[in-house]
Amino acid sequence: MSPQAGPGEKITSVAGRGIPLHGNDIDTDRIMPARFLKVVSFEGLEHHLFEDDRKTNREQHPFSDIRYNEATVLVVNANFGCGSSREHAPQGLVRYGIRAIIGESFSEIFLGNSAVLGLPCFTADHESIEKLQALVEKSPDVTISANVETGAIAAGPLAFTASVPPALRDAFVSGQWDPTSMLLADFGAVREVAHRLPYVAGF
Amino acid sequence: MAETLFHKVWNAHRVRTLASGQTQLFIGLHLVHEVTSPQAFDMLRQQGLPVAFPERTVATIDHIVPTSSQKRPFLDVMAEEMTVALERNCRDFGIRLYTPDTDEQGIVHVIGPQLGLTQPGLTIACGDSHTSTHGAFGAIAMGIGTSQVRDVLASQCLAVEPLKVRRIDVNGQLRPGVFAKDVILTIIRRLGVQGGVGYAYEYGGSALDRMSMDERMTICNMSIEGGARAGYVNPDDTTFAYLKGRQYVPKGDAFDKAVTWWRGMASDRNASYDDRVTLDAASIEPTVTWGINPGQAVGVSESIPADADPEALAYMGFTAKSPIRGTKIDVAFIGSCTNGRLSDIEEAARIVRGHKVAPHVKALMVPGSRAVAREAEKRGLHQVFIDAGFEWRGAGCSMCLAMNPDKLEGRQVCASSSNRNFKGRQGSPTGRTLLMSPAMVAAAAIAGEVVDVRTMLEAVPA
Repeated sequence: MSPQAGPGEKITSVAGRGIPLHGNDIDTDRIMPARFLKVVSFEGLEHHLFEDDRKTNREQHPFSDIRYNEATVLVVNANFGCGSSREHAPQGLVRYGIRAIIGESFSEIFLGNSAVLGLPCFTADHESIEKLQALVEKSPDVTISANVETGAIAAGPLAFTASVPPALRDAFVSGQWDPTSMLLADFGAVREVAHRLPYVAGF
Repeated sequence: MAETLFHKVWNAHRVRTLASGQTQLFIGLHLVHEVTSPQAFDMLRQQGLPVAFPERTVATIDHIVPTSSQKRPFLDVMAEEMTVALERNCRDFGIRLYTPDTDEQGIVHVIGPQLGLTQPGLTIACGDSHTSTHGAFGAIAMGIGTSQVRDVLASQCLAVEPLKVRRIDVNGQLRPGVFAKDVILTIIRRLGVQGGVGYAYEYGGSALDRMSMDERMTICNMSIEGGARAGYVNPDDTTFAYLKGRQYVPKGDAFDKAVTWWRGMASDRNASYDDRVTLDAASIEPTVTWGINPGQAVGVSESIPADADPEALAYMGFTAKSPIRGTKIDVAFIGSCTNGRLSDIEEAARIVRGHKVAPHVKALMVPGSRAVAREAEKRGLHQVFIDAGFEWRGAGCSMCLAMNPDKLEGRQVCASSSNRNFKGRQGSPTGRTLLMSPAMVAAAAIAGEVVDVRTMLEAVPA
């Protein structure tokens, strides 16, 4: 498993084996069922990824398939990560070893939660995603490389262009994807805005 | 230049543009609960950071609270541990906390408005996707993850990108038996569960103008189910009347000044929108979901679509082209941040009064907050439900999300006033959820199957 990027680390590209997960609108309740949110830390969440889906679909779920054990690039369809804002979902994926997700589209909250963890989500068209999923199913050991800056995706004979939203792309490439220190860099400006607001200053 | 409320609020709270191009946005109110915050407080401790604006931060306990007995310590060891963690975190960082032994505890999205913390013109964040609820007051309210909870605790700011604004007009008169829940389910059905990605939804039109704050909250609450991270209604006299006199709302002269500022934050009449959609209120029917996302819904007199998603049909055990009416239910749940307010209880009570819950149905009525429960009890509504065979529970998130003892078992079918019909959402990996209005849930509880609430309204004098 490649180590998780630390805050401040530039994330320009990701390369690794893929894991295909079919289906639109896969919500965060399915990625991380609510009972595993009864915790005060994120440790060990990787063991509960898709737990209910895997139980009800024992033979076929890619996260139960040993061919994808070493995967670091998740390939999904549309509206991935919709529903609950639980960061436990991308936390589980990152702790499992996922370093990039390539999909047709993502829920906004999931996209933001992933970004703060240094997990870039690439968006590409339906046809390219289906081809990539099919390729990984046929050749699980193929290396997928994903360039954050250019959006270039390459895997075996397959090459297409995906994209990361510009602000997040720039944040990854410059290593500024974990915003706490940036948000605190000019605290004077924060105070100024607060004091200009009548509901803070008093009506 | 004419502007939308979204842009006015955004600009009033913009601190600066970050190197990434994102906006550093000041957050006027940060609501905190026990599930998405413990790791955030731990990150603060690790980084040696204080909470920047503890007076703009308010916490409650809602998701994991048992609704049968709320005596401490909770029987569930993890629920107790999470509660103790939030109590310690709030004590250590100087944050107001409404615990289950205070009069004001309840679901975070119910108590914020009830206490008057939620006000027009604010930016509001909470580690919960249904934060969009607060938009009903003309606030920009967004759900965030735990790392962002840490950011807001540390800096009172978020690094975010502006949204586009889609104006959704619902014009005309809703028919009897049709509620705010039916309106938002119809909007999601029409625009899709990802139709709102990248947008804030601005709801308006004559039907919205006439709605109470409770109803507007139901609509804004489910914006996220349509993919929109935020949804709002422009503040008006209904908003101001609701707020007047509430605990955290300015009093006297300050209230009048606040109203002037709030009114000024509303979208200008000739503001331009990135997209517009119009719905005819009179065409909306009582609506029921048949599938595994909130967009998979039909009017109660309709059948499941011929081209229904096979995965959803297989999970639900339903067949295409079959009517949704007549679907047997095992559980009826009224409550949640979507529909756990006083007016929801009143509408359900109108249907329930004088009837009995079908013998095979387990029926739960769970007020959204202790204040809602008190008010309902003062009006004797609890007795209406108890006499009918409902369980009258304590305040909490309950069976909306399966983080407390209220869960479905096996393949049970639940008529639910909550917001998500995802696979496994209500606690059983094979459990099935049919979303509908509280009145429709009440009707289903009595009939033992999905029925058209309008047939029961005729039997009950208004």
